Amino acid sequence: MSEFAIELRDVVKKFITPEGNELAAVNHVTMQIKNGEFFSMLGSSGCGKTTSLRMIAGFEWPTEGEVYIDGELQGRKPPFLRPVNTVFQSYALFQHLTVFQNVAFGLEMEHTSKNDSRRRVGEALEMVRLTGMDKRYPKQLSGGQQQRVALARALVKRPKVLLLDEPLGALDLKLRKEMQLELKSLQKEVGITFIYVTHDQGEALTMSDRIAVMSFGKVLQMGPAVEIYERPANRFVADFIGESNFLDGSVKSVKDGQAVVYISAWGQELTGIVTSKVNVGDEVAISIRPEKIRLSDQSTPNAISLDGTVVNSTYIGSDTHIYLDVRGQRLKVWEQNRVSTLDPRAYYQNGQKIQLSLVPENTLVLPKE
Amino acid sequence: MNPHRRSPWIIAATLLTLFFLYAPIVVLIVFSFNASRISPLFTGVITKFGPFQLVSGNVVQSPCGPFHWFCDLSQNTEVLSAARNTLFVAVTATIVSTIIGTMAALALQRYNFRLRTFSQISLYIPIVIPEIVMGITILVMFSQLFTFINDSLHLTGDSQLGLGLWTVILAHISFMIPFVTLVVQARLQGLDKSYEEAAMDLGANEWTTFRRVTFPMILPGVLSGALLAFTLSIDDFIITFFTNGPGSPTLPIYVYGLLRRVITPQLNALSTVWILLVLIAVFLTQRVESRQR
Ligand SMILES: Nc1ncnc2c1ncn2[C@@H]1O[C@H](COP(=O)(O)OP(=O)(O)O)[C@@H](O)[C@H]1O
Ligand SMILES: [Mg+2]
Repeated sequence: MSEFAIELRDVVKKFITPEGNELAAVNHVTMQIKNGEFFSMLGSSGCGKTTSLRMIAGFEWPTEGEVYIDGELQGRKPPFLRPVNTVFQSYALFQHLTVFQNVAFGLEMEHTSKNDSRRRVGEALEMVRLTGMDKRYPKQLSGGQQQRVALARALVKRPKVLLLDEPLGALDLKLRKEMQLELKSLQKEVGITFIYVTHDQGEALTMSDRIAVMSFGKVLQMGPAVEIYERPANRFVADFIGESNFLDGSVKSVKDGQAVVYISAWGQELTGIVTSKVNVGDEVAISIRPEKIRLSDQSTPNAISLDGTVVNSTYIGSDTHIYLDVRGQRLKVWEQNRVSTLDPRAYYQNGQKIQLSLVPENTLVLPKE
Repeated sequence: MNPHRRSPWIIAATLLTLFFLYAPIVVLIVFSFNASRISPLFTGVITKFGPFQLVSGNVVQSPCGPFHWFCDLSQNTEVLSAARNTLFVAVTATIVSTIIGTMAALALQRYNFRLRTFSQISLYIPIVIPEIVMGITILVMFSQLFTFINDSLHLTGDSQLGLGLWTVILAHISFMIPFVTLVVQARLQGLDKSYEEAAMDLGANEWTTFRRVTFPMILPGVLSGALLAFTLSIDDFIITFFTNGPGSPTLPIYVYGLLRRVITPQLNALSTVWILLVLIAVFLTQRVESRQR
């Protein structure tokens, strides 16, 4: 058994658009997905997630590069010879077959005996909590139930890897949250490698062991959720995942994983953590997460204190969102409401002058690309 | 004013439309019970059962009673053989054109190949060109072909190739294929590719995918295409007229021949049976189509 369930080596997929142009939907992507991993591809619509998944499943062949499944080169192997299964975004349940027949379809293709097949379908339906629904037709099920049939139909084959293309996209928010947790625990239970495609960062962050952030056919960063959020590789990733304050600056010096950046708008130097290689003189972006800025703090050592004015403050229950003007730059700050009170003086007022402090460990120095 | 109030004009228009649509059919059916052998006037229904009796051109009594002309028809071996020919042509041509038409629809809908657009457009040609042109064209093609083959193989007498039922079948197949293809294509268009991909993903090869997923899902389209082709074939006159050989007429050709001789209510009885059969076919098509939804 290979260490990697799936490996993409420098894969390119080009399409001819209806306008006759060549489009690299996937552009030199290299990925190694470990056995048993819950791996997500995250990116906005059109960034090449589905195309990547389809090349693993065998519905598309790479224009360049290679796909390996369990260490084996796939080449132009058709989908029915690959040890992976797909949960389609549209579910693609066979409308003319019952739930039982849908789930049994894949086993029938393997010539599993009738008894074995009946038992395994039963187990799979139990796993997705659809016992007793086996005689229904897909049309007689709710969206969430159809989704689970699609899941059972793919899982019953015990694939090496399960490919899921935005499987929860069609469900409402509440059901989606439930299914996220369910999918995650199901994955731990069966121990199958999941490759999960989504454009929903919250979904990717909650479920995945590792995430690949994609944009325009390229992988921008690959790593665990914490790494993606706390140490984004560049400005795009920091902007795409969560929210951030950005300031433009140029690098003055780099030392021990930290860089000093001159912010021309403030005429001030800030020190921050370097996540990707930057050189002295580079134009970079400073990124500070809104929940990591402290207001009216007793200054900690090596913190930089700045004066600001509250432009707007919004009470949203658990937090207050405060928008500040700091020497001509807009900064947003999320503050938790830790005290239960109705006293308006406990909250920030528009026009109020305040002090904020920035510490180097919460400041990131990011390349712009 | 209630917008749903039925205006008398609308009622009148509806009734008139229905009248012009159905009055000829009703008259035709009523005349198949006419007592008079030749009169274009309705002289009454045959009421008495008993041995056949004819009084001054009117049938007074028949073993079949009012259904005299239907019994008379069933004795007419020429009609029966023409009916057999018609059914044979229709069934054979329907089966063949359904298979070819469905395959053509799959190819046009699922694969990209050179000349795809050309093939798609050429499908409409047999539908839009006048049937008489098509009939003449096919006839010319057949006679050219037969002359060439007969000459080059030095065939003589009975072994010579000539027009017959089989040429009618070939001609019918060629004009029915586009209808089947278009109906099946409409069904395929609404069928997402992901069903076939799901089947392959679950381990089905191309043939199994077609057999277990694609075909069952387009079956209603294939059936209504086949029924449409069948109804087109059984009442086709023009193309059959040109491609038909001597001695093996189909029903429309036979009826046309009768018209030039003498018209008896037997012809009405034949039309009545025919209309019934076509109605049943149309009804079945509707049933299948409503099941599609
Ligand atoms: N069969 C195809 N022909 C032409 N262009 C395609 C085809 N499939 C995908 N594309 C293009 O490739 C890009 C990536 O598509 P896709 O992988 O579906 O993105 P995602 O799943 O991330 O939204 C899009 O710009 C899309 O229009
Ligand atoms: Mg997609």
